[in-house]
Amino acid sequence: MSNWEVVIGLEIHAQLATKSKIFSGSPTAYGAPPNTQADLVDLGFPGVLPVLNQRAVQMAVKFGLAIDASVAPRSVFARKNYFYPDLPKGYQISQYELPIVARGSLKVMLDDGTVKTIGITRAHLEEDAGKSLHEGLANATGIDLNRAGTPLLEIVSEPDMRSAKEAVAYMKKIHTLVRYLEICDGNMQEGSFRCDANVSVRPKGQEKFGTRAEIKNLNSFRFVEKAIQYEVARQVELIEGGGTVVQETRLYDSDKDETRSMRSKEEANDYRYFPDPDLLPVEIDAAFIASVRASLPELPDQKAARFAKDFALSAYDAGVLSASRELGAYFEAVIAGVGAGHAKLAANWVMGELSSALNRDNIDIENAKVDPKQLTGLLLRIVDATISGKIAKEVFEAMWSEGKPADAIIEAKGLRQITDAGAIEGVIDAVMAANPAQLADYRSGKDKLFGFFVGQVMKATGGKANPAQLNELLKSKLGGGNA
Amino acid sequence: MLHNLFIGELAERLTKRQISSVELTRHLLSRIERLNPGLNVFITLTPERALKDAAAADARLAAGETGPLLGIPLIHKDIFCTDGVKTSCGSRMLDNFIAPYDATVVARLKGAGTVMLGKANMDEFAMGSSNETSYYGPVKNPWDTTKVPGGSSGGSAAATAARLAPFATGTDTGGSIRQPAALTGVTGLKPTYGRVSRYGMIAFASSLDQAGVFARSASDAAAVLQVMAGFDPRDSTSIDAPVPDYSKALGTPLKGLKIGLLREFFEGLEPRNAALIEDALTVYTGLGAETREVSLPHLPLSVPTYYVVAPAECSSNLSRFDGVRFGHRCKDPKDLMDLYKRSRGEGFGAEVKRRIMTGTYVLSAGYFDAYYLKAQKARRMITDDFRTAFDKVDLVIGPTTPTPAFGLGAKINDPVLMYLNDIYTIGANLAGLPGVSIPCGFVDGLPMGLQLVGPHFAEAKLLNAAHQYQQATDWHRHAPRGYE
Repeated sequence: MSNWEVVIGLEIHAQLATKSKIFSGSPTAYGAPPNTQADLVDLGFPGVLPVLNQRAVQMAVKFGLAIDASVAPRSVFARKNYFYPDLPKGYQISQYELPIVARGSLKVMLDDGTVKTIGITRAHLEEDAGKSLHEGLANATGIDLNRAGTPLLEIVSEPDMRSAKEAVAYMKKIHTLVRYLEICDGNMQEGSFRCDANVSVRPKGQEKFGTRAEIKNLNSFRFVEKAIQYEVARQVELIEGGGTVVQETRLYDSDKDETRSMRSKEEANDYRYFPDPDLLPVEIDAAFIASVRASLPELPDQKAARFAKDFALSAYDAGVLSASRELGAYFEAVIAGVGAGHAKLAANWVMGELSSALNRDNIDIENAKVDPKQLTGLLLRIVDATISGKIAKEVFEAMWSEGKPADAIIEAKGLRQITDAGAIEGVIDAVMAANPAQLADYRSGKDKLFGFFVGQVMKATGGKANPAQLNELLKSKLGGGNA
Repeated sequence: MLHNLFIGELAERLTKRQISSVELTRHLLSRIERLNPGLNVFITLTPERALKDAAAADARLAAGETGPLLGIPLIHKDIFCTDGVKTSCGSRMLDNFIAPYDATVVARLKGAGTVMLGKANMDEFAMGSSNETSYYGPVKNPWDTTKVPGGSSGGSAAATAARLAPFATGTDTGGSIRQPAALTGVTGLKPTYGRVSRYGMIAFASSLDQAGVFARSASDAAAVLQVMAGFDPRDSTSIDAPVPDYSKALGTPLKGLKIGLLREFFEGLEPRNAALIEDALTVYTGLGAETREVSLPHLPLSVPTYYVVAPAECSSNLSRFDGVRFGHRCKDPKDLMDLYKRSRGEGFGAEVKRRIMTGTYVLSAGYFDAYYLKAQKARRMITDDFRTAFDKVDLVIGPTTPTPAFGLGAKINDPVLMYLNDIYTIGANLAGLPGVSIPCGFVDGLPMGLQLVGPHFAEAKLLNAAHQYQQATDWHRHAPRGYE
């Protein structure tokens, strides 16, 4: 295994978030009853013609600018010809020789913290096909053309990735980017964001690529990782066993966690691409590019760099907090409340308690049950030592479930930290009196028992004693400062 | 008689309420009933709808409305989708197809108050030059019913010649308006590519198809084009340029007009045919035009170029006819492949199949460069030839066809011979140029056409040149015997 190098390239299909389809006026909303969002153009009726949705062009250009690619001044729609029941015209309108976006790249942070640049060969506009339905239909196939004509941006990477993990990191970065740009909702369950993976292996040191297999239609990050891992193992085993990999299209079966052959190169269609005579070339001038550039939001890498610099965060923290536009906005709202001086505290809370609560309840940050203002309220109580960090976690849980502000919960539950030295001393005295043996041991040199006394005091105060004060007072009392 | 009147004359009588549209429509319907069986012009007749349209037009006229086409009957080539009416495109594939919408051309003419009498016969999917590839049988030429009327818009041409309607719509991909107009002695106009919307016109070869008109005079054609032309946001290839007043331009004198004689068109032309063209040139010089010879050196490439480009596009355009959503579906398909193969095998005729196969071949991996790309290059060279010619002349002139109408069955089994019939018309399609064919005399008692081709958007100039010729001659007034 270690003698082999893995080579992966991804073709990501991002459904563009336009209101209407790429060549017709039908809506693109997901989940409507079959064939209610398909007009005569989507159905491929005799005589109808496609008209390009300018919003889709704008979105593609946005993406091109965000990956530092060149936006073609002239790109051409072509017909990809093949017969399939969910392809109404018998051809898919796509871009072939002249795509709208070419030669871009993206920086991806790997698990070990290193940054790798992945090349993006091209991104082109195309229409999606419909769906074939088999469920509940005896001896028949249903066709739902609601999805037919939905705009897609197909993003084709260079074969630059060397492991399943790298492929996933790249795909996640693209996912982040398209959502930042608001050109794709990124919903993978609904198929708005999916990919095909081209996978091959070659002996380490060999320059020539091995024969690749294309794994179709992977619609989760986990499936991408598992499918590639399976495929790599399959290819290595095949070659080591004296066999050869054949160029083919494979399907990943997530139930069985394996890939299966769909069709070989010999069975592949000859798509007979040619320029679509119904559509004019897409011409994009400098003024249009400038206007799109002006509409670009702050991009993930820019935001991460700003977070790291302005808030003195690690590259890792800055990367996590800028992974989505919404998370970044949440974090910045909290910073606005607690002050940049407490950025690390805010970062820890957003990445820690908040993120785990969101994950646990499986909700988006926009619907978090503790909003930035409420979290700010909580963090300010840590900053001013009203409560300890530990108590704060308890308060946070209560805020999450009860929806009340931090102060109300602190008051209602009596969680205010004890900062009155006299009160803490009183408890220490009582604890010392109740544990003479431990006291004697400590004083004879068993320093480790210090923790025991801290625990006893905390127990007696319900965890509310100010930890720093307690430490100081306890040290002095145990040390014999029996004034 | 009413059926011999030109559109302008009919419009005047309708406006003055000397006749009603219903009266005119009834007259033509009874004429159709009597004469159509000998010609097979119609795939679908829509008499009830026609009378309803006519009554609506009469109401508009009674309300004081006027319009050059208000209350005027017409026939649509069966390639145009007509809401609620069968639109077969001359094919068994669409024998059961009721279009759910109107083509833009149909909608515009409807809005202008025209009265649809029915849908005209045509070569299947507009593929043919004789109207013999129609699923509904050949159309006969009213000048001699043993002859073809030309194609693919044979029904529209024959109907106009036989005075069954004052005008008819057609489409021209390689000559499908001009060639049948010539063979039936009527005026046929193919506008500039993009001048008239293709929306709702069933596609044959999208980069070549253009809708146009058959009428009995250039002046009538101008009135119809006025309504048909213009930008359509539903057709990305339609052109957003102002539409001039075509009728107004008809009075322009021809003095100083430079007419180019296409050397390539006269080489090997049959002497009697050539003599007719010479006569026409004499008329034009008499009207003050100047003639000079021009050359389109790449024009001989036009037929082979066309027979790569058009089949390539048609092979893709006709993929939607798969038996899944509309059109012919075979009985009891075993599986998907069987459904495709038998539905298409049964639904398409021989010529359509031939072109789909040719087109599929020229687009295939390994052949694309040698055929499709090469044809695109040749197309550009032909277009450049025309551009160079139009630097020197205003219009070019020549015969529309090499011969008059040929016999039914004479060429149907020899595709290459049939294809060569369009040798003079195809160039204008490849270059996207407007062209008009007007009657210019007879050979063996059969009409011959004179073709004028102009630069892009020169319809006004073309129609005026045709109109001036028709003012000086009366070839366009001849009616076939039995149809006067």
